[in-house]
Amino acid sequence: MPQSADKILDHAPLFREPEYKEMLARKKAAFENMPPAEEVQKVADWTKSWEYREKNFARQDLSVNPAKACQPLGAVFAAAGFERTMSFVHGSQGCVAYYRSHLSRHFKEPCSAVSSSMTEDAAVFGGLNNMVDGLANTYALYSPKMIAVSTTCMAEVIGDDLQAFIETARLKGSVPQDFHVPYAHTPAFVGSHVTGYDNMIKGILEHFWKGQERVPNAAINIIPGFDGFAVGNNREIKRMMEMMGVTFTILSDVADQFDTPSDGEYRMYDGGTTLEAAAHALNARATLSMQDYCAQKTLDYCKAQGQDVAAFHYPMGVAGTDAFLMKVSELTGKAIPEALRLERGRLIDAMADSQSWLHGKSYAIYGDPDFVYGMARFILETGGEPKHCLATNGNKAWEEKMRALFATSAFGADCHAWGGKDLWHMRSLLATEKVDLLIGNSYGKYLERDTNTPLIRLMFPIFDRHHHHRFPVWGYQGGLRVLVTLLDKIFDTLDTDTIEPGVTDYSFDLTR
Amino acid sequence: MSLDDYSNDSEFHQRLIAEVLEAYPDKFKKRRQKHLGVATALDTAEADAAAGEDGGGTECAVKSNIKSIPGVMTIRGCAYAGSKGVVWGPVKDMVHISHGPVGCGQYSWSQRRNYYIGATGVDTFVTMQFTSDFQERDIVFGGDKKLERIIDEIDGLFPLAKGISIQSECPIGLIGDDIEAVSKKKTKDIGKTIVPVRCEGFRGVSQSLGHHIANDAIRDWVFDKKDIAFEAGQYDVNVIGDYNIGGDAWASRILLEEIGLRVVGNWSGDATLSEIEHAPKAKLNLIHCYRSMNYICRHMEEKYGVPWLEYNFFGPSQIEASLRKIAAFFDESIQAQAEAVIAKYTPLVDAVKAKFRPRLEGKTVMLYVGGLRPRHVINAYEDLGMRIVGTGYEFGHNDDYQRTGHYVKDGTLIYDDVTGYELERFIEGIRPDLVGSGIKEKYPVQKMGVPFRQMHSWDYSGPYHGYDGFAIFARDMDLAINNPVWALFKAPWLTAAAPTETAA
Repeated sequence: MPQSADKILDHAPLFREPEYKEMLARKKAAFENMPPAEEVQKVADWTKSWEYREKNFARQDLSVNPAKACQPLGAVFAAAGFERTMSFVHGSQGCVAYYRSHLSRHFKEPCSAVSSSMTEDAAVFGGLNNMVDGLANTYALYSPKMIAVSTTCMAEVIGDDLQAFIETARLKGSVPQDFHVPYAHTPAFVGSHVTGYDNMIKGILEHFWKGQERVPNAAINIIPGFDGFAVGNNREIKRMMEMMGVTFTILSDVADQFDTPSDGEYRMYDGGTTLEAAAHALNARATLSMQDYCAQKTLDYCKAQGQDVAAFHYPMGVAGTDAFLMKVSELTGKAIPEALRLERGRLIDAMADSQSWLHGKSYAIYGDPDFVYGMARFILETGGEPKHCLATNGNKAWEEKMRALFATSAFGADCHAWGGKDLWHMRSLLATEKVDLLIGNSYGKYLERDTNTPLIRLMFPIFDRHHHHRFPVWGYQGGLRVLVTLLDKIFDTLDTDTIEPGVTDYSFDLTR
Repeated sequence: MSLDDYSNDSEFHQRLIAEVLEAYPDKFKKRRQKHLGVATALDTAEADAAAGEDGGGTECAVKSNIKSIPGVMTIRGCAYAGSKGVVWGPVKDMVHISHGPVGCGQYSWSQRRNYYIGATGVDTFVTMQFTSDFQERDIVFGGDKKLERIIDEIDGLFPLAKGISIQSECPIGLIGDDIEAVSKKKTKDIGKTIVPVRCEGFRGVSQSLGHHIANDAIRDWVFDKKDIAFEAGQYDVNVIGDYNIGGDAWASRILLEEIGLRVVGNWSGDATLSEIEHAPKAKLNLIHCYRSMNYICRHMEEKYGVPWLEYNFFGPSQIEASLRKIAAFFDESIQAQAEAVIAKYTPLVDAVKAKFRPRLEGKTVMLYVGGLRPRHVINAYEDLGMRIVGTGYEFGHNDDYQRTGHYVKDGTLIYDDVTGYELERFIEGIRPDLVGSGIKEKYPVQKMGVPFRQMHSWDYSGPYHGYDGFAIFARDMDLAINNPVWALFKAPWLTAAAPTETAA
């Protein structure tokens, strides 16, 4: 009997005990009817071949392990960044349970959102009653200042009209006449979570800006985009903007909402862009998007209001941060302070100290299109080669941009961008053209297992490591953190590789 | 059962219910009222009568399995979650297509911890996300042709897959796709089992209908489709409704084998298609999660004459009772071995209790979970000297609440399809020593300073079934409650003696 009260074995050690191994062998032999081991091995080897890769890339319709989510997740995330705002997702209720779970598993934080809980009758008659009743209940129970409405694919397929439904609900007294109920149609069968983010931000701005006269001032707006590191990153943006003396508004700031303290009080709402600031943001001189693909429609809208606009691709590392700060400086007329130049110098200093360990390392990177771009750019700065760059929600235009980026560096010579591909494609890439390191999210652990490529988690969602999102990856300070993350993985991998006593440990160097 | 008898504060719980209902608009106050209640003790005659009809010591009369109210933050999921997420997803040597847009499959990918042995991506596929990733054109023109091509692509890239299930997402039923026709056609083409499942998320009121639909799909698309060369023995049983979360089914199987039974099929944790196909040849179905798989047991009883028996492998008092109940179905040799197994594990149980009971005695617990757990885990807590003050089901039916009467004490707060608002108020009012619920509830509860364990995923621990699992369960409840972090919540300078910021 393997278990004892003194030393309690949970799943990881327990099932390696002989009693269990024998039991599982008996199950397999007698009942499972699994293919013979040789055949499994043969097919396993084949799945890592060039032949399989070609077959795999010939796929037209099947998606296997995609690295993207659906629109309403982005909408719920975007809405969470506004003061006392409850997301109300119109459609089936299971979707909302999924968004809440998904965000909670990454941030290790509460995530509140409600559903209009549409069922079969609503599929036939439409979801108007669900909207009318739902808004009334949400308003009564959760005391929001704003309810941001988005949609699941069910409501989109049957064609529910959000604007008309919300107006009807208002007339029926579900919420006060002047209560804020912005909305965005967020069909799951168009785009991905970054599209939903864009749609919701635009919906909220339209709600506050429509019919208002713009009185331009010197402030700027910054839209962070869908970002698993938003808690650390938004705070880093604020710190840098304050150092520069810039007047700014972050449009959708989830930093406090997804980082509430434990002090005995559960805060359903915390922080966020105030509704007043969201309304006044119309007057800003310019709106900047930290992630191009998360705010394309929103920036078009801002531009149409007379604002200057600029978009970045998840600005990380030296040149990414330089470009962001210089743009802010250009738009606001505020100089980049010496303190930031020193921070820049410290990041360069660290990169120079460690350059020999980074030079020539090859990488596979996947994630949202802006992240992959920003990450690849930083890798190129370290003398690394971002060989396989993949974004399931990246398009042809993104591939073009990536190719232009590769062309800026000698280290980009042998690099490729794969838009619209998934992590099963990535498996073939890693199996046939090996790289030193894989950068992605928690789902990448299966690629790490199958292809023996060490995984670095720098992309949403991160379920199996804790608290990384509390630290920034943007700014020079964030760059330092990313650099250390890369180096730690490189050193840990080398140590693991050289740890066998008397066999490989001559290279188990004390100083590296 | 636990020797300790206790009751809960019925009057206080009634008052809490009245308070939370005040927050609702009138129309919905009335509707929610029916889902909230307090367990009341039956008198002896009633209890005896009820025991004969699946009732027990108390009555938990709340309404259940009714549509959730819009806008209230229900914790429930959908039919797709019940079929793909619960019943079908764990069948390891089949590919399960999340048919529709990308999200459903993405959010449920690898989240239920259905442990299995296999070469993932080669002969097994549980921790993968296969989706038809519907685009606008698929909504407009229909997805049947695409589905056909997808089945061919799966067959080409994953040749060792034994079959394919099609897990419908909301749009499929709305746009009128005929996945049944596709399944029939492609079954002929590729010669493998293909199972269409109509588990669109808008069907029914919760996960529960998805379980039922998934069960029916086994009946209609798996049973009696092939000649099954399988020699059944006199001690053959199936374990039904054990999803092997954190290895639960393995920690159960080891006990069933030890008492001399042969577990020919485990549904559906670590299951293969073959285990499902040959299940009707077994002598007995042992059902753990009654809620999600009673349907197929009833079918196997009617059609193949396989009787079924509910059991409970959470905590030693229930395990002991269940082993005896199961053994009683067989001959004396099995009964003798059951006694031997109980005796063998008694020292472990005693040692676990001796270690943890002093640390957990009298601690109060509130549960809010799905399936069987709102009642099944109660005695496991009581075996450790803990008390259940409230419990409720995400998607239970009337028969679940009837069965709950066996387990809960007089005055226990009962909440069906609880809303975020209600649960928070109940926890604030009761201030239990531990809450057991899901990921969405974990962080709000912990922020309040109340220890918490996820009781769907075992909070990434487990197994909790069987004797081996009980030791882990006890350890986990202790580490949740007795961690020093809960004492750190209040900043020391906020005590009366310390000067405050304004005073300084």
